[in-house]
Amino acid sequence: MRRAGVVALNTFREAVRDRVLYNLVFFALLMIAASVAVGQISIGIEQTVIVSLGLSAISVIGLLISVFLGVALVSKEMDKRTLYALLAKPVRRWEFLLGKFGGLVLTLTVNTAAMALGLLLVMLYVKHGLGGSDTVVLVGVYFILLKLALVVALALLFSCFTTPLLAILFTVGLYIVGLYVQELRNLPVQVMSPAMSAFTKWLSYLLPNFENFNVMAMAAHGRAVPGALVLQNTLYTLVYCTIVLTAAAAVFSRRNLK
Amino acid sequence: MPAPAIETENLTKEYPFGFLHLMKRTSLEGLNMQVETGEVFGFIGPNGAGKSTAIKLLMRLIFPTAGSARILGKPISDVEMHRDIGYLPEQPYFYDYLTATEVLDYFARFHDLAAADRKDRIERMLKKVGLETARKIQLRKYSKGMLQRVGLAQAILHDPKVVILDEPMSGLDPVGRREVRDIILQLKKDGKTVMFSTHILSDAEMLCDRVGVIVGGKLRGVGAPGTLVDMKTLGMEILFELTGASNAPLVAKATRTGDRYRLQVAEEELYAAIEQLRGAGARILSVSQVKATLEEFFMNLVEADRAQGAAVEVSEQ
Ligand SMILES: Nc1ncnc2c1ncn2[C@@H]1O[C@H](COP(=O)(O)OP(=O)(O)OP(=O)(O)O)[C@@H](O)[C@H]1O
Ligand SMILES: [Mg+2]
Repeated sequence: MRRAGVVALNTFREAVRDRVLYNLVFFALLMIAASVAVGQISIGIEQTVIVSLGLSAISVIGLLISVFLGVALVSKEMDKRTLYALLAKPVRRWEFLLGKFGGLVLTLTVNTAAMALGLLLVMLYVKHGLGGSDTVVLVGVYFILLKLALVVALALLFSCFTTPLLAILFTVGLYIVGLYVQELRNLPVQVMSPAMSAFTKWLSYLLPNFENFNVMAMAAHGRAVPGALVLQNTLYTLVYCTIVLTAAAAVFSRRNLK
Repeated sequence: MPAPAIETENLTKEYPFGFLHLMKRTSLEGLNMQVETGEVFGFIGPNGAGKSTAIKLLMRLIFPTAGSARILGKPISDVEMHRDIGYLPEQPYFYDYLTATEVLDYFARFHDLAAADRKDRIERMLKKVGLETARKIQLRKYSKGMLQRVGLAQAILHDPKVVILDEPMSGLDPVGRREVRDIILQLKKDGKTVMFSTHILSDAEMLCDRVGVIVGGKLRGVGAPGTLVDMKTLGMEILFELTGASNAPLVAKATRTGDRYRLQVAEEELYAAIEQLRGAGARILSVSQVKATLEEFFMNLVEADRAQGAAVEVSEQ
């Protein structure tokens, strides 16, 4: 575990030195432009516009980082052969994998927190004050972070047994499917054979469910998110990430480095 | 008798290739060898012989198709045993966004060394491998030889009992090679076990207690460099000049460089050859024993292997 921590901190350092956090500049510019634009339109919908735009930007930027850096976490080290010296040290392969995962999640947490802070500042600016109902925005940000952790785990898993390009395609594909899991579950039973409907039901529980992480509508209108959903999403992410990372470790531990 | 420092049993690695990976190429075939504690062991063989394959198997970077290996008496899957091992990969590459000091510190953390101890060791190591002045430069700006030196430093930083180096001299300048030789001798003096692969036979001859020659994935001979060489029959070399034209058969067999001729004969034919050359009007300059070197032993094996390979190719057609 301690060794995984060492790997995680180094992964974070790599992200910082590779200027990953520079995306924050882009986010800042976007939010400044938005707040100026909102001033021009009618009062009353600033909350909706700013929060929707802010959360979308946080989500999209986070997803881009998760997918591309998530896939590169291990494949880059294999490609550049930086792993050779490391794996000869007293460190298990799963510890290395967990550390890489933790390092990117740490990076995403710092990055997302900075963006959330920016969003709150803009809200403060356009509304001249923040109320208790605005905590829902923080819950929205938290859910985005959970979602990103899941995406990183998936990207890591795919990168352990296929090429980086395919891993990116699989991760993005699974993310998109994961947005519509509820629809899959609710497909009209009449149109399918029983076997088929059993299969889609199974599939819908197997696939990652990203739908529950979207509280944009609630956040935009300042409605509270039920505490049960917060708990459910947290547990779901923990369990799902554990399963995916275990699978990744199982694949990676048997893999021959080239 | 204590367990050997490194011990392999029938260690075999096959790589699948071709359509649907149906065919297999054997990179290492049933390697059985032992490296005793405190020994410097050289692993020599031509390109593609399987040296790196064997070393990577020992470091569990790749997994064997068959066979097993033990280091310090423990199976190589034992992670804690890796505390006592140092490894220099072939053509090492490290995180290029770190400096030499940072990368060594990163590796040292896996060995549970305290901060002060790490700092102290890194300081000494950088001096030992001659990187003191480059310590604050990011590794992306390092030359090949400098990376090789970083690799060497990380391999011995934690004072391991067994050091395995894959071509430690490659990419180094003459000074660097000399330094690596000194480091290996120092390790031996400190009672460590060293195993290294190399193409440079003079290094192997100079440094190793024993060498293993590997060709085509198979271990062809193990022993002290001197004893391996004795496997080859010695000959005699006659160096002579001609005073006039001659068509003696032995003269035709000699190789000419400038005015001088060089002729190699078996020991028992020496006097007959000298008689014949005298009859042909040759002036004999010197007669010397041809001492076979490790290089010749090596070349013979490689050529035999190539001939065999060619024979197989022909028969397959
Ligand atoms: N990942 C791989 N896939 C398929 N074949 C491989 C792989 N790695 C090595 N080989 C093959 O295994 C054989 C032995 O390679 P190895 O790297 O062990 O040679 P070597 O003795 O270290 O050579 P060199 O002196 O050039 O470093 C070669 O024929 C090589 O083609
Ligand atoms: Mg090699």
